[in-house]
Amino acid sequence: MEELFKDFSIGLFVWQTVLFITLIFLLKKYAWGPILSSIEDREQGIKDALDSAQSAREEMQALSADNQKVLQEAKVERDTILKEAREMKESIINDARSAASVEADKVIESAREQIQNEKMAAITDLKNQVASLSIDIAEKVLKSELSDQQKQKDFVAAALKDADLN
Amino acid sequence: MMKAKLNIIATLLVLFSTTAFALEHPDDHSHDHGEGQTMDLKTEIKQTIKHHLKDAHYFELYHGLAMPLPVIIWDNGIHLFMSSSFDHGHTLANSKGNYYNLDHGKIYKTDSEGHVLDNQSIIDFSITKNVLVIILMCAFLLISFSKLARSYKKGPIPTGFGRILEPLVLFVRDDIAIPNIGEKHYKKYMSYLLTVFFFIWFLNLSGMMPLGINVTGSIVVTFSLALITYFITQFTANKNYWGHIFWMPGVPVPMKIILLPIELLGTIIKPFSLMIRLYANITAGHVVLMSLIGLIYAAQHWLANGAFFGLTLFLGVIELLVAFLQAYIFTMLTALYFGSAVEEHDDH
Amino acid sequence: MDAETFAMIGKGLIVIGAGLGIGKIGGSAMDAIARQPEATAKIQTAMIIAAALIEGIGFAALFA
Repeated sequence: MEELFKDFSIGLFVWQTVLFITLIFLLKKYAWGPILSSIEDREQGIKDALDSAQSAREEMQALSADNQKVLQEAKVERDTILKEAREMKESIINDARSAASVEADKVIESAREQIQNEKMAAITDLKNQVASLSIDIAEKVLKSELSDQQKQKDFVAAALKDADLN
Repeated sequence: MMKAKLNIIATLLVLFSTTAFALEHPDDHSHDHGEGQTMDLKTEIKQTIKHHLKDAHYFELYHGLAMPLPVIIWDNGIHLFMSSSFDHGHTLANSKGNYYNLDHGKIYKTDSEGHVLDNQSIIDFSITKNVLVIILMCAFLLISFSKLARSYKKGPIPTGFGRILEPLVLFVRDDIAIPNIGEKHYKKYMSYLLTVFFFIWFLNLSGMMPLGINVTGSIVVTFSLALITYFITQFTANKNYWGHIFWMPGVPVPMKIILLPIELLGTIIKPFSLMIRLYANITAGHVVLMSLIGLIYAAQHWLANGAFFGLTLFLGVIELLVAFLQAYIFTMLTALYFGSAVEEHDDH
Repeated sequence: MDAETFAMIGKGLIVIGAGLGIGKIGGSAMDAIARQPEATAKIQTAMIIAAALIEGIGFAALFA
């Protein structure tokens, strides 16, 4: 150690210190400053590029998700419309069917009534005709049966015979 | 591809550092050490290692090819001349009527006869080998990183050498600064952390090159670095940090009084350990590597030569790892100290 | 024995202690990594810091 201090050269120390400090400032101005800022710029550029790529990817994903959603909504809407249409169709058919049956019933009922009326009228008519016919026949029979005296006397005798007076 | 290339470069570096140290191997360094011509191999190796660890006024590529460096001395005025005037300590340098002598890497003021004048102290501001390497390293860092900074203007991805540097910058930011200081405060320390990391790492690596460089193995350099860390820590600290030093919350009063000097001492011990750790690791690495290279020469049998060569190669690779690890630890602990200085204790 | 010898012995003791300490840290870190391989990076960082702190003491002893 003593030898080291004995050999300590002030000249070399001064040169080294002065040159080294000068070197620091020169390098700072002409090398480190530009180099570090360039490297940082480059790193920032790379980072920005990666970030923008990431955000683009996310946007794409969001877009496709959106598309999916719209498609889904359209599908659902279509389904509901179809369902409604189907329901409407069924209700229309049902309505029509019930209305038709009611109408048919009414027609049938009225037809039946008319038939009944007609029948009754026909029956009445027939009864009347039968009655008059029977009277006519009876008249004719009576006229033919009771045309001579003898037959009138026989008939009255038979009728008196039947009418037993008890 | 790039990794394979780096591996090849690393391997070559280790191989060539071996050969270059070999070239540096002294045949006659006697004139430097002023001792007799008859030195045995062991002493020679010792001297070479000692010589290598020290700063020098020459840039010696290998023995016989030494580049003189400028000498700047403050002695009631500036004296400026090339170190070749010393002729490796053989002659006295004459500057503006004053005489100087270079002895064991240190400059002394002498009279015209070469007698050292003890009462005359001078300050040596010379561009020594270490200062030259520091200047070159500063230039290298400035050029390569400002080039990286400019390459971002052309496109987001750097090209060429910047492609290696950018991950390291990110490593310092993401693995050292942010985990230790926190997302909120790390930015203001980034300049220092990055500078200190690359400065230490590249200087450690340059120490592995076959040029005999040993800057981070110099305690002066590590002291300067640790001092800057210390000052930045103290000057950016918030009141929580000072509160924990001067009046530790949550402990009884007598304990607070005992803790005060310990905590105060701790603030100095932390950068001190930074300084010693870097210095000692790099110095130890260089000593071990050079000793092993010396052993290649000292060993008498070819089998031993080969074994020591392999061991040197292995340790060389380990030292490459240590070069990175020490830069990492220095930066990491610095960031940790900064983090403790700006930490916000919401839990108290 | 002179003071320097004692100092050397002391340095040796400290190095042994530091070595044991770092060994313990390394071993515990290995255990932790084996238990939680996904936390390897964090464990390694903590291990290096702890080892570096002990190493600092060791070096201080060696060079003081």
